[in-house]
Amino acid sequence: MAVNDQLGNVSYLGFQAALAGYIAALVCFGVEFASSRGAAPTAAEAVSMTLRAAGRGRTAVLDRGRDEKSAEPPNSGIGQIVKPPTSARRPMGPLFGRAGLIVTTIGFAAQVFSIVTRGIAAGRAPWGNMYEFTSMICAAAVAGFLFVLYKTRTRSIGFFVMIPVTILMFVGGTKLYTQVETLVPALHSYWLLIHVLAVSLSSGVLMVSGVASLMYLLRARYERKLKAEQAWVKEAGTPEVTARQPAPAAAGFVPQSVVADKSRLASLPSLATLDRVAYRTAIVAFPVYTFAVIAGALWAEVAWGRYWGWDPKETCAFVTWVFYAAYLHARATAGWRGTRSAWISVLGFVSVLFNLFVINIVVSGLHSYAGLN
Amino acid sequence: MVTRDATHLTGGLAPDRPEPAGGQPATPAGQGRIRGALAFLRNIWRQLTSMRTALVLLFLLALASLPGALLPQWSLNTSKTAQYIVDHGSWGRLLNTLGFFQVFASPWYAAIYLLLFTSLIGCLLPRTWDFVGQIRMKPVATPRNLSRMPHFESVSVAGDPAGVAQRINAGLRGWRRVERVEGPSVITVSAEKGFLREVGNLLFHFSLLGLLVAIAVGKLFGFEGSVIVNADDGASSAFCSSTPSNYDNFRPGLLVDGTDLTPFCVNIDKFAATYTSTGQASSFVASIRYQAGAALGTADWTSRALEVNDPLRVQGQRLYLLGHGYSPVFTVTYPDGQTQTGTQPFQPEDSSFTSQGAVKFLDPPGYLGNAVRGHQLAIVGIFAPSALIHGGIMTSEFPAANQPGVAIQIYRGDMGMETGRAQSIFSIDQNQVAIGQLVKLNRANLAPGESMSLDDGTKITFTGYKEWVSLQTSYDPAQGWALIFAITLLIGLMTSLIIKRRRVWFRITTAAPEGTAESGAVDHGPADEAVSVAASTVGRNGVVVGVTDDLVLYVTVEIGGLARTDQAGYGDEFGKLVGVVQGGPDGR
Repeated sequence: MAVNDQLGNVSYLGFQAALAGYIAALVCFGVEFASSRGAAPTAAEAVSMTLRAAGRGRTAVLDRGRDEKSAEPPNSGIGQIVKPPTSARRPMGPLFGRAGLIVTTIGFAAQVFSIVTRGIAAGRAPWGNMYEFTSMICAAAVAGFLFVLYKTRTRSIGFFVMIPVTILMFVGGTKLYTQVETLVPALHSYWLLIHVLAVSLSSGVLMVSGVASLMYLLRARYERKLKAEQAWVKEAGTPEVTARQPAPAAAGFVPQSVVADKSRLASLPSLATLDRVAYRTAIVAFPVYTFAVIAGALWAEVAWGRYWGWDPKETCAFVTWVFYAAYLHARATAGWRGTRSAWISVLGFVSVLFNLFVINIVVSGLHSYAGLN
Repeated sequence: MVTRDATHLTGGLAPDRPEPAGGQPATPAGQGRIRGALAFLRNIWRQLTSMRTALVLLFLLALASLPGALLPQWSLNTSKTAQYIVDHGSWGRLLNTLGFFQVFASPWYAAIYLLLFTSLIGCLLPRTWDFVGQIRMKPVATPRNLSRMPHFESVSVAGDPAGVAQRINAGLRGWRRVERVEGPSVITVSAEKGFLREVGNLLFHFSLLGLLVAIAVGKLFGFEGSVIVNADDGASSAFCSSTPSNYDNFRPGLLVDGTDLTPFCVNIDKFAATYTSTGQASSFVASIRYQAGAALGTADWTSRALEVNDPLRVQGQRLYLLGHGYSPVFTVTYPDGQTQTGTQPFQPEDSSFTSQGAVKFLDPPGYLGNAVRGHQLAIVGIFAPSALIHGGIMTSEFPAANQPGVAIQIYRGDMGMETGRAQSIFSIDQNQVAIGQLVKLNRANLAPGESMSLDDGTKITFTGYKEWVSLQTSYDPAQGWALIFAITLLIGLMTSLIIKRRRVWFRITTAAPEGTAESGAVDHGPADEAVSVAASTVGRNGVVVGVTDDLVLYVTVEIGGLARTDQAGYGDEFGKLVGVVQGGPDGR
């Protein structure tokens, strides 16, 4: 089949544009993440922040990601004058966040363009070697992220999703890149279209799931610290801390949290949100991944003489499958919810990446047609 | 269920204690021991079938699989595995003894998955009975305090209880529901939906069991055989699958002895490979003729192209084209003028098909008895389809046979065929060379048609080459079942993940809701029930014209919703159910 090198170069331009967009997005999301604080505060933080804001005569903004919800200071009694917000200056964080979203979308469009033109240039499904496969996974991950963003409005996930995406894109565009070429006869099958498409889409979405679980673990660790510190403050009531407080008027007052003040992790979405994102993306991707493995077995039956032969890739796919099966079970088992199941999900994510790179490049097996050497 | 577990647990903790049942004589010691043992077993069983154990076993399964991906495996690559063991000395030997190079056939791997599946069965059976029981049960009675449910709404609508209940029932199409009368003027409707979730769940897990059985049956009754055949219009390529000895390599299932193979015969007429300019293959096609069943032994052959990704399916077996290579052809002209022609597949060493191998001439003419063994000839060396000689070493620069050449070394003497040692078809026995039985003679680089002479006047001509294909026959009687179970597994998985089990309850009372002090609303006490129902019935039937505002009757409907597995996503549907109470989606 004729190969169109010129179009292939156009496709690579699109890929580079996408990578540039994702890097810009990473920076923007990073700025927003670094400048925001307490985007989704815990109940204790909410009280604390409200009190602090009230002490300064402002209105606490609890959720920067959304419409600015003003919370009435709880200690504003009748006759007390509550000052309006002092300045109309727009905070920089959300601006950067919105910019990040825009460049992500542009990058995603460029990547879709790159994939489509690559397919036209090669005259086949554009997921026949490691470079193309990596590009597909990143596109799926970004699409998954955009969908999650649409559903949950938690933009801080963007920063964490863009980290692996940009790394993968960079490696894919430099180390793994190959010119457009025809495929070896082993890949001349419609199963390439089905199997690899399913694998790449599910892997990309599982990446979002794994990232959400990692964030869950970070947030859980942060909340443990927060709790310990609050317990300590309550017990000790150190003057250093209380001196910075307004009059502890309201019932249920929790002293201002030092950890919350210092840690950027306070602006992570709540544990419930992260758990839901990880779970929802996993239950979308897991059946697709299962289908991909089954399609792979059907292809193996046609190409290699058996539907399952414990080839390294097959073995690792099986391990990944077992991890995600364990995750879904753990999430429904008392004593395994929360941090433990998040760890399992992260293991599954690591196993996906391991299967993608280490097995294809380091371990030799039947799947070693990466187009590398 | 819970109470039964609790008693079992006590029995397990204190197995030897005689039962303190009033007035009963203490059980004999022997019986107590049996009971103790039974309790112990029960506890083991309960431990095994708990979800915690299943999760741990799942982890073990994943962990135990990893060496299968990271270490070379006997089943995948024998030479690489052997090399690995040699390279790693005593560690290699230890790992080999422990089965790390055949993970998926090792006892410890089998122990893990058998325990896991036992645990699965132990979990599935009670769940199935529970589920059957649940299906036969009516939806549970409406809880007293619906406002505690995760979803709760209280609405006030015009109508009478029976009418509203009827409307709710009509709106709950597809739900399992039951209407109950909870006392005077209070009607409740309980409904539940999403039983398919558990059906999917059970289907998924039973499919796993089925898949395991299908795999096991395949391993017991299936076989694989591979053979290398030259493509030369059937001159030397007729291959019949009638007996395992016709294969170069036959890997039978545990219950296959090879005596009753279903035969089919294949002729490889031609093999064609095409390459891109960079030497990457773009297609492999073998033209074959085959016959099977009644056609066997007749002149009735069916022609077909055999390609990668397109196996021949015949007689329940599958024939694959797995690889290809070159077989150089040599003609030996002995001093007495007799000639012998020999050809042998050479093994490709790189992507340009620089191939190495050996052609052995075991029966020199003109010799008898033991003298034959002293004059056997071996042509050992390299075949290159596009020969390039660089620094005296021949390699191939392109996989297609553009400029074939051989670099060969001749040996003469005893090949050692009678020593009892297995010999590779690709090489000679170097032991025979070492002990001087096989003598190294001269070497040469030849193009097709060129020849070389030995010291005794024997002439060796490189006459050309043939292309060989490696074929594999696979037979797995249960692979169709494996596919079916894989499909049901996927269906079950998706059903159990998509469908949510949820319940909804409606309590219809004639008591006016708080804070709805609209003008004209009738304040119904329980005592007014008869009146209000009667009045509203009239109103509903539309018989009475000119009902005054004072007679418009209201009922209060409390609605509680509970999703059993995941609360999220039930909100929208619950909102619709509230809409049903209010008179359909457009009834507000």
